Amino acid sequence: MMMLKTTTWRKTAEAIAIPIGALLVALMLFGIFCAFCGKNPLAVYGLIYSSAFGNWRVFQGTLLRAAPLMLTALCTALPARLGLMIIGNEGALVVGGVAAVITGLVLSYGSVTPSAEQLQQVLAIPPILVQLGMALGSIVAGGLWIAAVGALRHYRAVNETISSLLMNYIAIALMNHLVGGPIKDPGETIKASSFVLPDINRLANLPTTRIHYGLLYGIIVCVIAYFLIQHTTFGFAARTAGGNIKAARIAGLPVGKLTVMICFLAGSCAGLAGMVEVAAVHGRVNESLVAGYGYTGILVAFVARYNPIACTIVSILLGGILASSGALQRNLTMPDATALVFQGLVFLVILYSDSLYGRLQIFKDPGPKAAVPPAASTTIPA
Amino acid sequence: MAEVIPSVHQGSVSELDAAIAPPDLEVVNMSKRFGSLVALDQVSLHVKPGTFHALLGENGAGKSTLVKCMMGFYRPDHGDIVINKRSRTIASPKDAHHYGIGMVYQHFTSVPAMTVAENLVMSRFDTTTVINWKQEMAALQAFMATAPFKLPLETLVGQLAAGEKQKLEILKQLYLHSKILILDEPTSVLTPSEADEVLGLIREQVTDGKLSVLIISHKFREVTSFCDEITVLRKGKFAGTGRVEALTVADMAEMMMGEKREPQPVEKVATTEVVPVLQLHNLHANKDNGLEALHGVNLTVHQGEIVGIAGISGNGQRELVEVLAGQRSATSGQVMVNGEPYAATRKQINQHRVFVLPEEPLKNACVPHMSVAENLALRTFDRPPQAKGPMVLFAAIRQMAEQLIDTFKIKTPTPETPVGNLSGGNVQRTVLARELSADHINLLIAANPCFGLDFAMVDYIHGQILSARNRGVAVLLVSEDLDELLKLSDRLIVISGGKFAYESAIAEADFAAISHAMAGH
Repeated sequence: MMMLKTTTWRKTAEAIAIPIGALLVALMLFGIFCAFCGKNPLAVYGLIYSSAFGNWRVFQGTLLRAAPLMLTALCTALPARLGLMIIGNEGALVVGGVAAVITGLVLSYGSVTPSAEQLQQVLAIPPILVQLGMALGSIVAGGLWIAAVGALRHYRAVNETISSLLMNYIAIALMNHLVGGPIKDPGETIKASSFVLPDINRLANLPTTRIHYGLLYGIIVCVIAYFLIQHTTFGFAARTAGGNIKAARIAGLPVGKLTVMICFLAGSCAGLAGMVEVAAVHGRVNESLVAGYGYTGILVAFVARYNPIACTIVSILLGGILASSGALQRNLTMPDATALVFQGLVFLVILYSDSLYGRLQIFKDPGPKAAVPPAASTTIPA
Repeated sequence: MAEVIPSVHQGSVSELDAAIAPPDLEVVNMSKRFGSLVALDQVSLHVKPGTFHALLGENGAGKSTLVKCMMGFYRPDHGDIVINKRSRTIASPKDAHHYGIGMVYQHFTSVPAMTVAENLVMSRFDTTTVINWKQEMAALQAFMATAPFKLPLETLVGQLAAGEKQKLEILKQLYLHSKILILDEPTSVLTPSEADEVLGLIREQVTDGKLSVLIISHKFREVTSFCDEITVLRKGKFAGTGRVEALTVADMAEMMMGEKREPQPVEKVATTEVVPVLQLHNLHANKDNGLEALHGVNLTVHQGEIVGIAGISGNGQRELVEVLAGQRSATSGQVMVNGEPYAATRKQINQHRVFVLPEEPLKNACVPHMSVAENLALRTFDRPPQAKGPMVLFAAIRQMAEQLIDTFKIKTPTPETPVGNLSGGNVQRTVLARELSADHINLLIAANPCFGLDFAMVDYIHGQILSARNRGVAVLLVSEDLDELLKLSDRLIVISGGKFAYESAIAEADFAAISHAMAGH
């Protein structure tokens, strides 16, 4: 976690081995579950692998799912560095998606509810600018959404976990209200939805793949987030306030401002995930947007131990599990919720494994202690 | 059934019990290692029946490890505990209790929300499923009647003063029929008069042959006034033993430090100009629970002056320091530094060069899981040379850290070690290095800067504070240690009930009046 060069190899080994060990334990527990369902666990593992990572075609599906996860994971990972446990990822994603569609429609047709004539003629704004506008809209909307949680936390001492969770319900209700009325497309009769963005302004796929540019958004934002936390004065101040708020106050750091700013950034990442989903996958807003990427993002942040770079890799891993759920249902006739069961097991085991850091003998460093005279190395009460 | 079996807590039994002399306790060649650290190396100790025995040593000398081995918290690697000439195994505090050994800790272990009676009953090892309160209360009253000090049984512990809480801890051991009391710095949370009272009463019990006491203390005054014998540890090894009457303070210090040393004389440079630096106008602040802690205080601290604030803890000094350190907002009133309003923002701290040495530095001034280097950079990381625009330059931080670690003799494996892994004294040095190394300090606020530290560290910190003062720094020193205040201050103020109750120049300070004001009369 420290940025000064010598994160010892033991620390690194611990940070890698414990989550992997936890994942293996979760896999074993999941195997027991499968056995109870009358399926051969090994066959299930095999199917998960082959339908998530088996070949380039299925791996693309995995990457597609990983893209929004990287972004929603940051919504938990960034505030965690400040000591806040935010789980409003889903809500921020939805709000971001709604904002993106509204901006996108206005920039495409000049109206959120364009008339038949307006629909005939897409405005002559370059697609890249429309996409930028959509991204900006989603960033601001998602950011403000979670910033409100941070402000409530700092100025009124409202528990941020509970409030951010409840904000999810508000966000979904707000979206349902909007697509059911103010921004409803009357032509869509099956599922209340907004109007559809014109194809030209939607996010394209990377050349020769079915992966959209959202994956790049995710990776780039994760790298920026890592850099921000570890290498900037802002990140240093945030880590200080997260580590000990009293020390931060003595140093005169603006704790309230930091809280709101970190929450804004967190929300804006999840908001951007909403834009990616809307602009690349759905093309419009309806209840399909609530696909659980927010909640899985919390899990990603946990497994990655709030490290933004690790979030990218963990997202691909969990994206694969999500991608394989369809195959489990089709090929093994296991219930669709099977992937959720697995996710739940992973969550529990990862939470438990958090208590193992610093406890396992093999990761303990005997080196420095021997190097210093005994009087100095007294972590032992004397 | 309870009526048939005579309760051991009835008065008569208690008196009978009191007549039994405390056992003879010997520790022979005890060793204890933690990983590669040898905490105890062949240490022996003999507490004779009916003696008041002091265990001395600097921080890290192994005193706590030794008593924890005796209490069964740690399992020694080697060595024997001999009670009444028979080798015994003490594997848990329950075993220790069985042999009549009980310990009073540095910090209170009673439950504040429960009454004295409830705390006493709870402390028993043989508590039954159903408590017969009528019987227990009768037994407790009988016990209180014979106890060396009295406490009201029905009072909530949270409402007791610090001295009374410490008495309760000791009463608990007497109630448990402990014949050998181990006291771990029992007076560090008490005022001098409270300490004298508590130790005096225990001394009477020892003199009467009812108790043996093993006390860990850092205060020579207590050792010379109350103890019979001392055993000294140095760096985990036995460094000497002897009768107090045959030793001078210098002898004891020499055993502890391994060389003869006199307390460093205090040199003060007289200041010529009177320039106010810190001014408080009618300052009010609340406690955490919303009750008012500071009822409007007015204060001026000048350049090159140490203003000492004395008082029993809980009289508003913590809140005062927190307001000045930026950890708490004042409810009304004004803080001025160099004639300008001051709210402890980073900009103002930097502009006015205000530094703080808070009590409990690990809790108040460090981020435990961040490195020593990062903690040293807490005040400077966002300015050149440690920052370039929005970027933190870790190479510069490391370079500065290496310098400070060297200058302030911080013992740490590397600058990257988390500060939470260092010993208390070295955490303190880390904070000192950060707060006192700046080129130009204008105002220093120190709160109990030497709490729980050994002599060498105390001298060091006092020296640093004095040299800052002599350079013209305005110092506000809040301390519960009156000796420290009398030694360092130019002007002494007593705070009581959130108000200043006494003020005088140090030359005219009247000890009786100070005590009077501290007691809140």
